[in-house]
Amino acid sequence: MTIEFTLNGRRVSAQVDADDSLYHMLRSLGISSVKCGCETTNCGLCTVHMDGKAVLSCSVPAPRCAGHEIVTLEGVLDQAKALGDCLADEGAEQCGFCAPGLMMNVLALAKENPRATDAQIDAYLAGNLCRCSGYMSQRRAIRRYLDGLCGEVRA
Amino acid sequence: MKAVGVSVRKKDSAALLSGRPVYTEDIAPKDCLCVKLLHSPHAHAMIEEIDVSRAQRAPGVACVLTYRDVPDVRFTLAGQTYPEFSPYDRLILDRHLRCVGDPVAIVAAQTEKQALAAMKLIRVSYRVLPAVFDPQEAVDNPVVLHPEENWRALVPDCGADNARNLVARGQDAAGDVEAELAACDVVIDRVYSTRANQQCMMETFRAFTRCDAYGRLEVVSSTQVPFHVRRILATALGLPKSDVRVVKPRIGGGFGAKQTAVCEIYPAIVTVKTGRPAMIIYTREESMTLSSPRHAMRMHVRLGAMRDGTIRAIDLHTLSNSGAYGEHGPTTVGLSGHKSIPLYTHNMKAFRFAWDVVYTNTMSAGAYRGYGATQGLFAVESAVNELAHALDMDPTALRAHNMVREGEAMPAYYGEVAGSCAIDRCLARAREMIGWDEKYPSRTLENGHIRAVGMALGMQGSGIAGVDTGAVMIRLGDGGIYNMSIGATDMGTGCDTILAQIAAQSLDCPVDNITVHGVDTDTSPYDCGSYASSTTYVTGMAVVKTCEVLRKKIVRAGARMLGCGTDDALFEGDCVRDARNERSVTIAEIANANMMVNAEDLSACESGGSPLSPPPFMAGCVEIDLDPLTGEVELVDYVGVVDCGTVINPNLARIQTEGGIMQGIGMALYECPRMDGRGRTVSNSLMQYKIPSRVDARSVRIDFEPSYEATGPFGAKSIGECVINTPAPAIADAVYNACGVRIRDLPITPEKILLGERS
Amino acid sequence: MARYKTYVMAQSLEEAYTLNQKKSSVIVAGNMWLRMCGLNRQTAIDLSALGLSGIEETNDAFVIGAMTTLRELETDAALHAAFGGAFADALVPIVGTQFRHGATVGGSIYSRFGFSDVSALLLALDAEVILHRRGAVPLRAFQQEAWDRDIITHIRVRKGQRAAAKSVRLSGTDFPVLVCAAAQEGGALRLVVGARPARAVVAADGVSPWADEAEFARIAGSVPLGSNMRASEAYRRKIAPVLLRRAAAACLEGTRDDH
Repeated sequence: MTIEFTLNGRRVSAQVDADDSLYHMLRSLGISSVKCGCETTNCGLCTVHMDGKAVLSCSVPAPRCAGHEIVTLEGVLDQAKALGDCLADEGAEQCGFCAPGLMMNVLALAKENPRATDAQIDAYLAGNLCRCSGYMSQRRAIRRYLDGLCGEVRA
Repeated sequence: MKAVGVSVRKKDSAALLSGRPVYTEDIAPKDCLCVKLLHSPHAHAMIEEIDVSRAQRAPGVACVLTYRDVPDVRFTLAGQTYPEFSPYDRLILDRHLRCVGDPVAIVAAQTEKQALAAMKLIRVSYRVLPAVFDPQEAVDNPVVLHPEENWRALVPDCGADNARNLVARGQDAAGDVEAELAACDVVIDRVYSTRANQQCMMETFRAFTRCDAYGRLEVVSSTQVPFHVRRILATALGLPKSDVRVVKPRIGGGFGAKQTAVCEIYPAIVTVKTGRPAMIIYTREESMTLSSPRHAMRMHVRLGAMRDGTIRAIDLHTLSNSGAYGEHGPTTVGLSGHKSIPLYTHNMKAFRFAWDVVYTNTMSAGAYRGYGATQGLFAVESAVNELAHALDMDPTALRAHNMVREGEAMPAYYGEVAGSCAIDRCLARAREMIGWDEKYPSRTLENGHIRAVGMALGMQGSGIAGVDTGAVMIRLGDGGIYNMSIGATDMGTGCDTILAQIAAQSLDCPVDNITVHGVDTDTSPYDCGSYASSTTYVTGMAVVKTCEVLRKKIVRAGARMLGCGTDDALFEGDCVRDARNERSVTIAEIANANMMVNAEDLSACESGGSPLSPPPFMAGCVEIDLDPLTGEVELVDYVGVVDCGTVINPNLARIQTEGGIMQGIGMALYECPRMDGRGRTVSNSLMQYKIPSRVDARSVRIDFEPSYEATGPFGAKSIGECVINTPAPAIADAVYNACGVRIRDLPITPEKILLGERS
Repeated sequence: MARYKTYVMAQSLEEAYTLNQKKSSVIVAGNMWLRMCGLNRQTAIDLSALGLSGIEETNDAFVIGAMTTLRELETDAALHAAFGGAFADALVPIVGTQFRHGATVGGSIYSRFGFSDVSALLLALDAEVILHRRGAVPLRAFQQEAWDRDIITHIRVRKGQRAAAKSVRLSGTDFPVLVCAAAQEGGALRLVVGARPARAVVAADGVSPWADEAEFARIAGSVPLGSNMRASEAYRRKIAPVLLRRAAAACLEGTRDDH
């Protein structure tokens, strides 16, 4: 079947099977930021925004996306720049495989709770696994991002 | 220009943080065949009949391969320097299936759905054989995993004997252990065990293959060991090594998993048979069930000490489960003793370390960060903590009394001298950071929970002494840039950046002036790969040497342009200056002049390697909150203080440490591979095998107490593996301090705590 | 991986119901669990165009649409006020926010997962399941039934209750080893034990708020428990009375806060 939806602000159409996921559809459309890390909804690597909410693209049926608005990291690179800088300044991206999914969820967090405490950051992002970093550097980076301290010289 | 000791950003960070297509799957040709494996449902079986005719005719199918289609040449998937210690015990596909998941057939089709549909059409009848799962029953069991004639151990003196299910057996000793133990006031005699933990890098195993313009096999793989993969594939496929090229793009984590060529042979044989590009992407389930986890070990420790806490002898026997194949079996086990016992060199009179590594009908084990040291240190550090309790001594004081000092020769570490060692400062700083004196051993909170602390020391090596080697090539280019080619494999750790920092420091230029390219076995200088904590130390030293040679060449070129002797020409980073006057030529001018007819190419290629493997050291202290009514443990704070020699990039070193500690915490508390009675791994997903999430540790804090390692680049040692070793023994002791239950079998679950015996 | 041939975005409940009478059909709700099942069906029926998401507050109850996400339950201000944050406390440990943005209450309840935190809490609150054909069925009964081909449209939860749930998990975002939920209505407690590891059950109803430890031990002892890969029956036996007592205390504490 062919479905039409909005991808990063552009109307697109895609040929999908009934059992395709949004993740598969995005990869087939050349979106490289979405990754698959688990197949069991646990890792958060495939996180994108659907109608403004962070969702696991591996679990959204592709046909359900008809008429909806999907945003991936490619579509918010300007907004994500400051967050990326904070992560890079900590070295928190490490292998980088989980970074796009994490960043999409951090952008959702920033919209929902821009004054989040460290504990709230951790709780909100608990579904974004990272095996490299041990999370502390990501927490520091996100803290600085939410506090608007990106690019400031650290004490 | 200071480049070492600075937290510069990773060179690939902008690409990674904008989701650019830089990983294996992202850059694969669109017309790659999808390769899928049919896995054995049995732990031990022979294929009686296999009919693939229907599958071969299914839509989109390019080929279906069985054991009849592969060379009868055995090899190992272990990414180790030739001749490998790991036995040559595998075929690409074998009639004899030795664990659940062992590949039965390879299916390649145009799409994933077609490959999966075709797989269902393969008809197999199995003759199920009795299986051996318990490593303690493996040696001389009537069930023999590798009876085949062409099984081969390239290093026979490692004690391998396939007829007895032995992958390795051996012993190392100094002094009279039995006499020393008999003379000790206290002997701690205990058995500890660890599990086959999964590395769980976020990017599963994957590779694609195609024929290049010269008809050679090109392999793009998420691997830590491109040069070893080239050799392994050539051996397995019977190809000349010149016909294989391996390229490593960005990698989504490795942690040792990708030091084994887990998946490359499957697309490779498909490309060889069909001439078409082919890609395999392991599912997470395949990555959890047919991969290369940590060797599960059972360690019997006897630790002897005098009443005053003087440790005189350690006797360790390690039984290691290599699973169905021998990858990394003979080597990992060595670290369980050689990287634990030497910590207590100071008063040690004798030690004995003996080992058995066995085949069982379980998933083959492999390399996981720590590589045996993690297991051995859980045992030895736990025994030392138990000794502290037996002697009623503070465990930090017991360590301070016995631990190795800088300058001491370590008999249990091949006699190597601890040339750089700040373990004493690490311990002191860790005590201070956690607030040891106020918190040891425990206190009860108002809500009834118990807060307790625990600690452990750790060590590792820096590369494999006398084996590991890494070469580096640096060329001076257009306008004064430096192009550095490396064979070391950045797997997210940041070694591209760290090696560039070492180069920038050596060439006195900004880090941005160094471009890094790696890895392509056709063009990169040889490097054994990134494992054994070798890259910063071994390849880093190659960078220093290469830069020294290159500087001399640049000075010669500058001197020719200045018309002075080379003795008068000074290298000053941005220029070469005539010391007799103030005339100079810039590096850019030299580089540009060099692009016309030149006397000498301005490039250098040197290799590193060391007869030593200087250990980094670490002290770890943990504070936990234990609920005595449920046995739940909350990780309140973890403090790690590391001596990795000079810290090249503080950010990246800190993250290595934080990440390693978090993996160690997972291993300690809940990461638990589980098998059912028929040998099927049921912890086959990130849903059933839980790794730490960000709500699982409140705080991990790091500091460094650098020593200076004279044989390393700018004084550096390694850091990547050392950092995973302390959590398990430290947390086990904190649990004991909280509730008097001693857990010797990981993981430390609430159930074991609550139902455990209290002392 | 689940396989379907056709995907139908149902335009009416009746259409969805009719399609779902075929064994070859399956309802797609949040698609969190369904996609992992190896089932192979002709038709997937999507309910998301039927206006079944959202939480409506009436005089005496909350009527929760079946397609309401767990995240909406967790963040809904009215639910939060009415039940003292019990929904947020119970749901936050479930995987992550993105998961809870997808998973639906109807999907959770229909599937009758043993590990479900959602069903344990709703069972304690004595919720009703509203089905398209059969109408209202107490969750208590529904929970023990086999899967059928009716469609959940809403979940109804009476107001005037306080509730709390306590669980033990091996790690923060894991399934519970055991979850105990308590609700107080009209001065008496209803106690539920879930992740036994089998489906949650009501362990006791009409329990006095003054119940002592022995009473909780007796109630916990009456609940059938078992073993799975996360814990043994013996461990669950040991923690069941503790969690029941804690859930009850938390739920009573909520009441006191209001006065």
